Amino acid sequence: MSLVARNLEAHGIPTLVIGSALDIVEHCGVARYLHSDLPLGNPCGTPYDRDMQLSIINQAITLLHSATVPNTTERTPYSWSDDNNWRDDYAKVDDSNREELARRGKERRLLQTEQKAGGIERAAMVADG
Amino acid sequence: MAEVYDVPYMERTRNYYRAQGYSTDYVWAHNAHTPFAPLTKPMSESRVGVVTTSMPDTALGRTQRSIYSTLTPPIPESMYTEELSWHQAVTHTDDVNSYIPLEQLMLLENKGVIGSLAPRFHSVPTEYSQRRTMENDAPEILRRLREDEVDVAMLVPL
Repeated sequence: MSLVARNLEAHGIPTLVIGSALDIVEHCGVARYLHSDLPLGNPCGTPYDRDMQLSIINQAITLLHSATVPNTTERTPYSWSDDNNWRDDYAKVDDSNREELARRGKERRLLQTEQKAGGIERAAMVADG
Repeated sequence: MAEVYDVPYMERTRNYYRAQGYSTDYVWAHNAHTPFAPLTKPMSESRVGVVTTSMPDTALGRTQRSIYSTLTPPIPESMYTEELSWHQAVTHTDDVNSYIPLEQLMLLENKGVIGSLAPRFHSVPTEYSQRRTMENDAPEILRRLREDEVDVAMLVPL
């Protein structure tokens, strides 16, 4: 998505990215980025929290016209919870799932080979987590 | 309260794939220079376009990862997000407003904060191939947003 944003900027359309993967977006480099410190899946706010969701988009609109240089990052004031369990959990690899992941990888490669043979090549980059 | 840290998604993903037996690490896009287009008019006069990585929750959207444009209103009750890498163990994507800001932008349009919301939003697939994104998807999204006559674009990856 950051690449799509960069192409729009290069052709004169101002953009703002709202996301939750700070390292990936900043590694690529976008003009304006509003970072939501929430689990991947809800960059516009906690599900069904209409006040938070509206406040985040209000902040996005403000950032759109306040940013004057590229690679401008701002954070929303919201967080998911007081503990780090969700942060620690994402794509965790430890003794509890090592064997399961190895098995899943084998299955996935088989599926990808079959899909490729069947003409489906647009596989998602990451399918789980 | 525990000390807050930003999840190192690139590192986690690399390790996760290595654990699955993949021998080649994914290389994320990295650029030294970032293009920047200044706003040409106030937000209160601007038309805003929205781009999402979720797919339409239709027979086609569920089976074919591609670019789609969806007229709005209405706001879709659901989108297809199964193949995306969101954090399924701790959250869900049942509330479309939590990842596509259509309702929010309609409210802000009514309040005069933005000029208008574009009459359709666009779905773009996340791609393993950066070449395919740059050669196919990015130019097509540009073409469609120009067709919509948007002044600014809000891009929201899950």
